[in-house]
Amino acid sequence: MLVAGGTDLYPKLKRRQFDPDTLIGLSGLEELRRVTGDARSGLRLGALVTLAEAAEHSALVQAHPGYAEAAGLVSSPPLRNVGTIGGNLCVDTRCNYYDMTYEWRESVGFCLKKDGDICLVAPGSPRCWAISSSDTAPVAIALGATVTLVGPEGERELPVSAPYRDDGIEYLAKRPFEVLVSLRLPPTDGVRTAYAKLRRRGSIDFPIAGAGVALKTDGHCVEWARLVMSGVGSHPVEAPAAGEFLAGKQLTAEVIAAAAELAAKPAKPLDNADLNHFWRKRMVRVLVEQALERAATQDQGVLGRG
Amino acid sequence: MAERQELKVVGRPLPRVDAAAKVTGVAVYADDLHLPRMLHCRILRSPHPHARIVSVDATAARRIPGVKAVLTGQDLPIRFGILPVSQDERALESEKVRYVGDPVAAVAAVEEEIAEAALRSIRVEYELLQPVMSIEEALQEPPDEPIHDRAYTRQPANLHRRVNYEFGDLEAGFAAADHVREDVFFFQGNTHLPMEQHSAVATYVDGRLTLWSSTQVVHYVHRTLAKVLELPMNRVRVIGAVHGGGFGGKTDPFSHEIVVARLAMVTGRPVKCTLTREEVFYAHRGRHPVMMWVRTGVTRGGRITGQHWRTALDGGAYGSYGAASVFYTGTLQTVTYDIPAYKFEGVRVFTNKAPCGPKRGHGTPQPRFALELHLEKIAVDLGLDPVELKRQNFVKPFTRSVNWLRVTSCGLEECTEKVLAASGYRRRERRPGRGMGFAVSAYMSGAGTAIYWNDMPHSEVNLKVDRTGVTAFCGAMEIGQGSDSVLALVVAEELGIGPGEVRLTTADTDLTPVDLGSYSSRVTFMAGNAALEAARRMRLLLVEAVAEKMGVRGDLSEIEVGDGRVGDFSFEEACELATARFGALSSTGSYTPPRMGGPFKGSGVGPSPAYSYSACVLALEADARTGLVRVERVWIAHDVGRAINPLLVAGQVEGSVYMGLGEALMEEQAYRKGRHKWPSMLEYKSPTFVDMPEVETFIVETIDPEGPYGAKEAGQGPLLPVIPALNAALHDALGIWIDEVPVTPEKVLRALEAKSKGQPPRHGPKGFPAVDYGAPIRVEPPDPRDMRVGEELEAAFREAEGRRLC
Amino acid sequence: MNKFDLRLARPYAPQQFAMLNELYRDVQREALRLRVNGEDVEILVPVHKTLLEVLREDMGLTGTKHGCELGECGTCTVLVDGRPQLSCLLLPIQLGRNEITTVEGLGGTAQLTPLQQAFAELGAAQCGYCTPAMLLAATSLLRQEPKPTRQTIREALAGNLCRCTGYVKIVEAVELAAERTRHG
Ligand SMILES: Cc1cc2nc3c(=O)[nH]c(=O)nc-3n(C[C@H](O)[C@H](O)[C@H](O)COP(=O)(O)OP(=O)(O)OC[C@H]3O[C@@H](n4cnc5c(N)ncnc54)[C@H](O)[C@@H]3O)c2cc1C
Ligand code: SF4
Ligand code: FES
Ligand code: FES
Repeated sequence: MLVAGGTDLYPKLKRRQFDPDTLIGLSGLEELRRVTGDARSGLRLGALVTLAEAAEHSALVQAHPGYAEAAGLVSSPPLRNVGTIGGNLCVDTRCNYYDMTYEWRESVGFCLKKDGDICLVAPGSPRCWAISSSDTAPVAIALGATVTLVGPEGERELPVSAPYRDDGIEYLAKRPFEVLVSLRLPPTDGVRTAYAKLRRRGSIDFPIAGAGVALKTDGHCVEWARLVMSGVGSHPVEAPAAGEFLAGKQLTAEVIAAAAELAAKPAKPLDNADLNHFWRKRMVRVLVEQALERAATQDQGVLGRG
Repeated sequence: MAERQELKVVGRPLPRVDAAAKVTGVAVYADDLHLPRMLHCRILRSPHPHARIVSVDATAARRIPGVKAVLTGQDLPIRFGILPVSQDERALESEKVRYVGDPVAAVAAVEEEIAEAALRSIRVEYELLQPVMSIEEALQEPPDEPIHDRAYTRQPANLHRRVNYEFGDLEAGFAAADHVREDVFFFQGNTHLPMEQHSAVATYVDGRLTLWSSTQVVHYVHRTLAKVLELPMNRVRVIGAVHGGGFGGKTDPFSHEIVVARLAMVTGRPVKCTLTREEVFYAHRGRHPVMMWVRTGVTRGGRITGQHWRTALDGGAYGSYGAASVFYTGTLQTVTYDIPAYKFEGVRVFTNKAPCGPKRGHGTPQPRFALELHLEKIAVDLGLDPVELKRQNFVKPFTRSVNWLRVTSCGLEECTEKVLAASGYRRRERRPGRGMGFAVSAYMSGAGTAIYWNDMPHSEVNLKVDRTGVTAFCGAMEIGQGSDSVLALVVAEELGIGPGEVRLTTADTDLTPVDLGSYSSRVTFMAGNAALEAARRMRLLLVEAVAEKMGVRGDLSEIEVGDGRVGDFSFEEACELATARFGALSSTGSYTPPRMGGPFKGSGVGPSPAYSYSACVLALEADARTGLVRVERVWIAHDVGRAINPLLVAGQVEGSVYMGLGEALMEEQAYRKGRHKWPSMLEYKSPTFVDMPEVETFIVETIDPEGPYGAKEAGQGPLLPVIPALNAALHDALGIWIDEVPVTPEKVLRALEAKSKGQPPRHGPKGFPAVDYGAPIRVEPPDPRDMRVGEELEAAFREAEGRRLC
Repeated sequence: MNKFDLRLARPYAPQQFAMLNELYRDVQREALRLRVNGEDVEILVPVHKTLLEVLREDMGLTGTKHGCELGECGTCTVLVDGRPQLSCLLLPIQLGRNEITTVEGLGGTAQLTPLQQAFAELGAAQCGYCTPAMLLAATSLLRQEPKPTRQTIREALAGNLCRCTGYVKIVEAVELAAERTRHG
């Protein structure tokens, strides 16, 4: 198994959610720590760039503030000093029946995702509904960023959204030893980004819903817009209908509300993360609105205590 | 205690005596101990909420290289429990398990990983029983068998304790009312979450057992070890290691403490056990979930005429302090409000959850939350200002409550004034989504009766003075609240030296005289008074010796003690003079609270030599669309009697506000499928830096006549008003009542939804379960001006015996 | 690329117990050189040991505490090249030449740093268990931002939980230390 910062993997190893024979640490790969490019030409972030570096990188903050903001909202400051942007894109899906110690899981009965054969959240279901919990994936996908993977069979560049699968277990369609080496963000070119995150506390917590937005206007109307949500399914969930709806419209309060309504439709939170899932479902709309409003005004800040 | 003109160190914001050790990382906490040849212990715990143990087979574990000893239930059969009436726990269970986390077996090995691995080779065969996971279920007859034997329970079979008291004539009280209101509330359980995981290290050398532990009460651990291990007390030594936070959670004796002790005896090597964070959630002893029903009669003007309470506590799997907890949900309401007729019915049930016990405010934050909110609602009913309604019912200083609690100094009015003025509560802007709430509370400065019945002092202090200086010995345990600093300050004040010159030896049962430990906010008051007595006696010896040398006779008060001098001599010279004059110098002090409770069985829970008071205003913003609540600011005033060290007091108050906010908004010991829903620090939500609002603290001093220099408690009381103040503020902001703790955004939305549908604008329990509380013990109220305590009070009772129906 | 074997994640099925002895004798150990508090230290440790464990158990630096060992509480914070990181989630084998600072590497009792001094004076350490981590996180903050606002302080320390203080005195202590450092 590969490990970058280990902030996702090591707690899981301690809880025996994985039992790899071998760990391959990527931290020695100095060339993956670099950020190159600028707002004009687009930026290439090495996979080992830490979340803290990404959040503070001036060219990045300038080019795609929504992405930098998302990176700066991941967990807590000491974790952001170690957790990498590559690891964040590959972060394991979460479920509060699964992110527990071995003893706890054994006690309640192992589930599909590890060691067991049923899903405890949706017992009738043949699949796992663990939640995609990356804070940075939504904006990266909305922006149309790409990732470069290097493996024994060579190198390939894909849209960020490509490797994600709607499956709580096999959530990445990446070959086991393929290394994500870099993330390429497009030139700014008038594109605005924003991210809104929902969590109980203002720090440490994973997103229990998140909304990333990228959009471009011609000064009056939206040329194109893309909305992607995290924490509402086993993969970052795109809302193409909302994007299409926004195209050609002015970002008025009503338009934003209607788009948010559309965007929230595909969100399907289950009872496997913090706070009530019906409430989380209702909150998706609010988050999308906030992200859109902020993209419209390119403002900073997050929802509630988040 | 006699007032002294000028205090030199008491009252000054001096740094704590342990500050340097703590900011440099040299303080040694229990898990920091590493002894030669030390073994590591891990404990096997039940994976089932309720099951019979059919067999335990540890043969494989014993064969694993590196494993030095394995214990099972057979090795530790003697039951224990913190209260004499609840000896219902075993260090390792051999018959049945009662919650997920109940200890079953233990291994000592050369490495923690080996011990852990060995646990997995122990085969335990269980016969599963139906778990009981709620108060309602526990009030039914059990589905297959009761959680405990008959010896520990009542009817129905999972009922642990039942209390029922009526003080004064309740019927007459309600008859005198112009308005009567009933409400139901629910307070969810939560846990202490000390940053330090529990840890204990034991050695057994020359037939003597020594245990270092992160406990709040070395004395209770001492007693329990002696009992369970069948050792005389003089063969057991318990030392409190530097303590990483308790909040009540380390007040019980625990399985791991007994287990490492036995393992040390078996192996002859030091043994350490540090609980994992998950295990800390199972050790628990936290806040009881409580259902509450309250009915109050008031006059048109808002004067309370009578009040009736029903509570039902979810105790979890064992007794712990529960027999006291159930009383505490009913006793202290009368210490803030003057209630002429009062009835209280309470039960505690057993369920298959981690055992509940005392957490900061022990049993009182739940009814305080309910009471303050209930009075808010009554004020709305009557069209009165809630502050004024509460205020006109405030108890007066130096009165006795209907349930015989003696109130002495009382700063309720001053506290209220302070927070109202600072917050601008009366001038607050009325705008949807913004609100302010007000609440008050009271808490004990130490329980008036000991946990096990005896006539001995609750705190004892020895002072040793010789040519090398002063040492104070006391069994009290520094748990972060600053008790060591208070001891040093008291001794320093009396002997006229700096607190840094007082050496301290605390919480070591071989060296220090008994103190009942750090719980129920008793240390400053009780150990403080004991230290004061010891120091005054020592001071007299020094003064006498100096007087003789100076040729002063008769009135010795002209010999000044202070600034490192005694009369014409330096303090060191005075010590030498006194040693030369009297021989080895030592003095003792002790504190025994006088009998204060009323003439009825069960009157021991609630009386305290003094009550602290707090008032709080909280301002918040609430979003009607999302239900999210953001606390903006908290103003809190606390009557601490006298602030022996204002820094410590402010620290206790701020910490209490923090913990109260956590409980009000997010902390929840929740269960799902028979087990703790989220035994981790990530999912059990403890507020972070950015979740904490600004806090403005006001210290109010009422100089209590019995506290040391007039001091009362500060560590628990200020938590209490924060929670109802939040819910009151939410009503102010959105016009809804959340009759449940914690307040989650979802509940806010549900209440708003109800409101928009024209239903009562609330979220909370629908009703209160039917409980058979039995017949009440009727108690005639005292004369409110009767301040007698101790012998005087006892004599009065004896005299009244037979004449009065109790 | 660091390649190593990691056994701590194994669940122990009953049939594996015979292997346990082997498992622990033959744990892959690595001779490592760490730079801790300005000194080079050589240690031989199992590769799966976390920095937290190595500091506390192999180097006797017990000033670094732990509250969860899963990255959730911040109590185990140390500085790596001046930045706060969680020692319970670091493997020494991945650290190499980095400069590690623990609370023992700040001022000793004889000469407290301004932050330690302020923590002591204001009562920012109650039980003191979270204190080493707080001090380190705050040290890093003040190096980067000598004049932090209250909000900056709160955000910088937001990964560190404290159950005693309500954070109030900690924030005040960081402010006081910042002020003194600027004026002294
Ligand atoms: C308490 C806590 C709170 C957290 N809160 C958040 C949060 O709010 N938001 C959030 O998004 N995350 C959160 N995380 C998860 C984690 O810290 C971050 O996602 C972080 O960015 C992961 O990066 P890493 O380098 O540490 O990943 P690692 O742990 O090293 O790896 C994570 C996964 O990605 C794989 N991987 C890593 N790098 C590569 C690569 N270059 N190529 C191929 N595969 C790779 C690994 O094999 C592993 O499966 C939290 C974690 C903890 C412990
Ligand atoms: S969603 Fe179901 S299968 Fe997936 S981790 Fe949760 S309980 Fe297990
Ligand atoms: S010990 Fe809790 S974060 Fe490391
Ligand atoms: S001082 Fe006790 S946890 Fe912070």
